[in-house]
Amino acid sequence: MNNSINSNHHGEVRFENVIKRYGNVTALKGLDIVIEPGKLVTLLGPSGCGKTTTLRLIAGLEMASEGNIFIGGENVTHLTATYRRVSMVFQSYALFPHMTVRQNVAYGLTVKSVPKNEAYQKADEGLELVGLAGFGDRLPSELSGGQQQRVAVARAIVLEPEVLLLDEPLSNLDAKLRRHVREEIRQLQQRLGLTAVYVTHDQEEAMAVSDRIIVMNNAEIAQEGSPADLYERPASSFIADFIGDANLVNCEVLSAENNKGEVMLAGTKYAVASDGMTKGDAKLVLRPHALELLSPDHAGLKGEVSYAAYLGREMQYTIDTEVGQLFAIAPVRANSFAKGDTVSLGINENLARIVKA
Amino acid sequence: MKRTVYAWLLLGLMSFVFLPWHMTRDGFTSFQWLNDGSPSSGLFMVLEASNWWLIPTGLAFVASLLVQFFVAAPVARAKITLAIAVMGLFATVLQGLVIVVNGPRAFTGLLSGEIVQAGQQSMGIGAAVCLISLLFAFSVSLSQSGKGQGDAFVTSTIALIISLVAVFVFFPVMHILIRAFEVDGSLSLIGFFPRFFSSEIWGLNCLIGAGSCGPAINSLILATMTGAGTTALGLSFALIFTRTDFKAKKLLRILTVLPIITPPFVIGLALILLFGRTGAVTEFFAEMFGMEKTRWLYGFWGVYFAQMLSFTPIAFLVLIGVVQGVSPSVEEASQTLDADRWQTFRYVSLPLMRPGIANAFLLGFIESIADFGNPLVLGGNFSVLSTDIFFAIVGAVASPTKAAVLAVALLTLTLSAFMLQRMWLGKKSYATITGKADSGQNAGLNPVLRFICYATALPWAALTLVVYSMIIFGSFVKLWGYNHSFTLDHYIRAFGFDFSRWRFTGVAWDSYFTTLSIATIAAPLTAIIGLATAYLLVRQKFWGKEAFEFSTMLSFAVPGTVIGVSYIMAFNFAPIELTGTSIILIIVFVFRNMPVGVRGGIAAMSQLDKSLDEASITLGANSFTTVRRVILPLMGPAIMAALTYSFVRAITAVSAVIFLVSARHNMATSFIVGRVENGEFGIAIAYSAVLIITMLTAILILQGLIGVRRLRRTDRVQPSA
Repeated sequence: MNNSINSNHHGEVRFENVIKRYGNVTALKGLDIVIEPGKLVTLLGPSGCGKTTTLRLIAGLEMASEGNIFIGGENVTHLTATYRRVSMVFQSYALFPHMTVRQNVAYGLTVKSVPKNEAYQKADEGLELVGLAGFGDRLPSELSGGQQQRVAVARAIVLEPEVLLLDEPLSNLDAKLRRHVREEIRQLQQRLGLTAVYVTHDQEEAMAVSDRIIVMNNAEIAQEGSPADLYERPASSFIADFIGDANLVNCEVLSAENNKGEVMLAGTKYAVASDGMTKGDAKLVLRPHALELLSPDHAGLKGEVSYAAYLGREMQYTIDTEVGQLFAIAPVRANSFAKGDTVSLGINENLARIVKA
Repeated sequence: MKRTVYAWLLLGLMSFVFLPWHMTRDGFTSFQWLNDGSPSSGLFMVLEASNWWLIPTGLAFVASLLVQFFVAAPVARAKITLAIAVMGLFATVLQGLVIVVNGPRAFTGLLSGEIVQAGQQSMGIGAAVCLISLLFAFSVSLSQSGKGQGDAFVTSTIALIISLVAVFVFFPVMHILIRAFEVDGSLSLIGFFPRFFSSEIWGLNCLIGAGSCGPAINSLILATMTGAGTTALGLSFALIFTRTDFKAKKLLRILTVLPIITPPFVIGLALILLFGRTGAVTEFFAEMFGMEKTRWLYGFWGVYFAQMLSFTPIAFLVLIGVVQGVSPSVEEASQTLDADRWQTFRYVSLPLMRPGIANAFLLGFIESIADFGNPLVLGGNFSVLSTDIFFAIVGAVASPTKAAVLAVALLTLTLSAFMLQRMWLGKKSYATITGKADSGQNAGLNPVLRFICYATALPWAALTLVVYSMIIFGSFVKLWGYNHSFTLDHYIRAFGFDFSRWRFTGVAWDSYFTTLSIATIAAPLTAIIGLATAYLLVRQKFWGKEAFEFSTMLSFAVPGTVIGVSYIMAFNFAPIELTGTSIILIIVFVFRNMPVGVRGGIAAMSQLDKSLDEASITLGANSFTTVRRVILPLMGPAIMAALTYSFVRAITAVSAVIFLVSARHNMATSFIVGRVENGEFGIAIAYSAVLIITMLTAILILQGLIGVRRLRRTDRVQPSA
């Protein structure tokens, strides 16, 4: 595709000790982040964690109470959204209902006094880029949800922003479409080499699109890293619980050296990965697929199945044990367990970890 | 941005040097001031008439222009300009208030000297342009000096609206307060209270059956009863409209719109024609049953009757929104929980409507207490505050001080009601509209309740119909009550046209044209200010926003008579002299009707998703472009409503206008008052009929011009997840 929309303008985003307060409420407590040029970084976290505030601070829709914000090396802390080279894709798409698709996409260009035919030409290129060539004369209301979403993306990228912001862009799409659209967004971002900041509360979505994920909780960063880092090496029980499903079980660390810890759980010793943990109380992170259900005559943690569900490609079990209720996923087998069965639980030590209590 | 400040400062400086600072005798547009030889511009007043107090204004312009040239750092430049502009504004306003020829004078002892004592004329075009330039230089600099959210369009709009409200609402109301405290030329707190709390105002004699009450008590009783009555009737109408399968709903709807486009005396007149001493109904009963013809209509009951007819539609319009707002799903939930229709209504729907009912009551209360037309026509010996104020100004014994004290009493009542309403509505939220599309059906009314609603509302609707047919009938008969032969005389006298000489010979043409032109000018101004205010309130965050909202709504709570009195007290003297002009009429309409534009704008703008604005802003548009290209195109119906309403109100308003009309600028309603006072009912009614038709035509034209743009809006639809 020969396109005049290029990627020369990708900028780095840097926050230096940015604090945001609304009255007495602190929405962000001293945030320091760097978003590298050409990367897609996701802000992930439960609602109210400050991720959307962070995004709006980058956009210039909110102003920092303290600290500095740099985009492409320029200090933009006091610039309003109008004057920042940043565009945003909104959760509701925010397409202007009284303008055609082409007028919508060309809007950002026309307000900058780009001649109309040039703006329209560029808008058509943008539409082509998102696979909507020929839809320019329609009204937004005449498009499906997924198409509207792509118009919103086109409208944002024709401006060749230094940073593209996406605020939960998939939350209004149905589940199947969501996976398709997120792949498209990711491919477009990589093809154009855009710097992008993506906000979502869906951890699966975050893992699927991101170069790097910044998990936020209680107005600050809980952990940041690549999707694999976060899943395989959670730094806290919050991360372990938030990224992927996990059973968190209280345990005691008997000894810890060379990143291996010896853990006592319900009378059995296990050797699991433990960077930086010391002796004492801790939490054992057990992913659902790290648990193996065995017949009760095997050794291991004893329990009773309190819930069993058949989901086609797998079985989901809830098991009552002496360390609490555990959630397990197992492949469907001929002799699956049923509610009320007594089982013995094997733990795959390579998939388990310990984190701070 | 720098250019904007620069342009305003330059404009200010030019007008300081060239435009006449003070009011010119022959008006600005005659350009007499150019060659009559006497000094006129600010600069010349300083140089030749030694008006040294104008120096700071000129200096402010020169100094801040120099700042634009010599200070390079943008933020520092903006901050210095800001400071200079504030000082310039302050000095200019202060000299205007302190140094005046005659009339009330603030801080009399502050300055002395011969030239100061001689005083100066009112501010003219030069002063106005200088003040506006300073104001905008201030607001644009403000947007650049603070950190963040710096948008010159927003700060300038805020500054402009605050200044306008300060000058045209607060300034005059302050005048009336000061006047009320004035005894023998000096202010006295001790003198005020005995006059304010005198039994002449607050007397309770009627309650113990010994004569009549004071006007304040009369107003209070009347307003409470009208509020309760209109709310009950309005609720009946609303329930019939939404919860029954009543056939003639369209007719009901029209009936409820009619009173809004009815000039204020018309209902009173029609009631006189029906129930007065020689009224049709009175005659009928006298003949059939030998009942005595009495003057019962002239007094409390007549006014109450007329107000119920006038204000029930307002209650209906408030309540229909509330009744429709009760989500069908909660009623369905109640019914699936085995509640019957009555229980559902009593324990679910009614409690949810409670705030709306309180709102309707307080609205009826305020309307009734501020009402002027009905008590004037039907009041008789029953005196209420609004008419007493009028007679204190224009009566045989004119006493502005008494008018001021009465006005303070009236203001106290309406403001208390207003505060009460805000407190009540501020605390509770019963919102049941969620934005999610609600399917389902509202529960029908239970049969007894339905019967009660029909039994109260339908006769009332029939009466309203009769009243309006009387208006048409009355304008075509020779002399109502005596000679019912058909005639066009009234129309010819009022709106005659001599085709042989191409002359408007009717007596009403002058006031008719004045009314139309003033309404035409006032309507778009009202819409602009109202919608701009709504935009600021809904979409912008700024310091002091709540106070801002409160002050813009305040002019709604100030009754028209009070505004009228305060305007003649405030704008009859320097520094601002406007009485007798058409400008004051336009201004009074703009600020009287602004709150409705604000309310309508807020409602419409709240329905536009805020992310539309944000999308526009992040795409690089500034607020002005966003308003022009995104918000306004989506607000067609709200603009239309604001325009229609302010146009119609400007035609039908009487309470404030009657104080401000002059021989040159007479308005339709005050012309009609004159005819009513002379007993020329026929011509008054004919004129009213013409006004009603005029307004209907205007509404239709406006609807055609702006149109209702239909878009399937997707921004509020929640697709299935």
